[in-house]
Amino acid sequence: MRNTLIVARRELGAYFATPVAVVFIVIFLALQGVLTFNLGNFFARNQADLQPFFNFIPWVLLLLVPAITMRLWAEERRLGTIELLLTLPITQTQAVLGKFLAAWVFCAIALLLTFPFVVTVNYLGAPDNGVIAAGYLGALLVAGSFLAVGSAVSAATKNQVIAFVVAVAVCFLFAVAAYPLVTDFLAKNAPVMAAVARRLSITARFDSFSRGILSLRDGIFFASFIGFWLFVSILVVDQKKAD
Amino acid sequence: MALIEIDGLTKRFGHFTAVDNVSFAVERGEVLGFLGPNGAGKSTTMRMLSGFMTPSAGRARICGHDVQEAPIAARRSLGFLPEGAPTYPEMTVLGFLRFVAAVRGYHGGEAADRVAHALSLTTLDGVRLQPVETLSKGFKRRVGLASALLHDPPVLVLDEPTDGLDPNQKHEVRTLIARMAPQKAIIISTHILEEVDAVCTRAIVIARGRIVADATPKALAAMHPSGRLDDVFREITQKPATAEAA
Repeated sequence: MRNTLIVARRELGAYFATPVAVVFIVIFLALQGVLTFNLGNFFARNQADLQPFFNFIPWVLLLLVPAITMRLWAEERRLGTIELLLTLPITQTQAVLGKFLAAWVFCAIALLLTFPFVVTVNYLGAPDNGVIAAGYLGALLVAGSFLAVGSAVSAATKNQVIAFVVAVAVCFLFAVAAYPLVTDFLAKNAPVMAAVARRLSITARFDSFSRGILSLRDGIFFASFIGFWLFVSILVVDQKKAD
Repeated sequence: MALIEIDGLTKRFGHFTAVDNVSFAVERGEVLGFLGPNGAGKSTTMRMLSGFMTPSAGRARICGHDVQEAPIAARRSLGFLPEGAPTYPEMTVLGFLRFVAAVRGYHGGEAADRVAHALSLTTLDGVRLQPVETLSKGFKRRVGLASALLHDPPVLVLDEPTDGLDPNQKHEVRTLIARMAPQKAIIISTHILEEVDAVCTRAIVIARGRIVADATPKALAAMHPSGRLDDVFREITQKPATAEAA
């Protein structure tokens, strides 16, 4: 645990030592702002909630989270520092968890910085802040899910562009899994898979959070989803570290 | 017990055998020069010894700990400078060494002492607040060296520790290695043959993944009528290739 935290602290420091942190946070806030207020008709709806904000957040995360994860392992391999890191007395599991934790905390910081939305909606009306809190929790879990996928993809390649594109593609699959586009296709060709796909949908799970519904099932889904992809990351790091 | 034991270490990449059944042991007090042309398998052997690369066959032990079966125990006893001395470019020298000290389990005053000692051993005091990416090649190499020495390990494995250093810095590093030698088992890989004369008590020459010579530098030099190490090196690393070609 201690080693995981030491790795996480170093990683988090690295985000803020480079322009990565500032660029990410500024773009994230700008995108969320434009989407919520313009496309989301925040004001015209005349309702005191953050539904437009939460409608867009999985898609913004889908685009931006792989930009964080693409460097997680690919960068270590390019610089050769993976050889340094993995010959220190830490396990690969600690290294994978440490990096994931740092990236997740970073996403949490970015999410926290959206507080002006909450302030605005509270100033304009009387929203249900419990629903908003559930939405934020859901957003954090979506970010964690995409991060875990991205971590596994990044461990498989030295090339950051490939790491980014493949991570976006895989995350996109899990984001649209419950959309008619996918379920209709599967219902026609592989009916069994349609039900599975619906259950694996990140956006469908997130929707209940953003409506204020916290269920144990969704919690377990996110925990196992993140756990599964971190496990894959550990295996891939072990297989590919010295290539 | 030898501090470093390598037994039948082999690494194959597809059909290519990079390291072929290499075995040797290094005792406390020995400084082993690991020589060979580029691509001979020096770095691959060191990567397997450090536990970073999984061998296709054979095993390596550091202070009795198998590097694959007991990796954490083995790495605690090991100071490893990987090829090219990689470090995190955005970190300051001090930040980087503090990170290594924390991972090595030091905290508080002890961590500070360790870091200060490593900085002074490698004469990095003057640049300790500079980000590593702003340093010259020689300084970067010394940062890597400082991180390998920080926990005063019984076993040091240094992949080209003096590459990129100027003659004064090379001399300092060699003096440092010679001073630490009695308490440790040290392997340094190099293709600078004068280094072998200067610091090594023993030299192993590797070519196409196999050990072709294992002797004291003096005995090695005596293998050629000229008595010069580079003549010996050329002869034993090139001869089998021409034999195969013929």
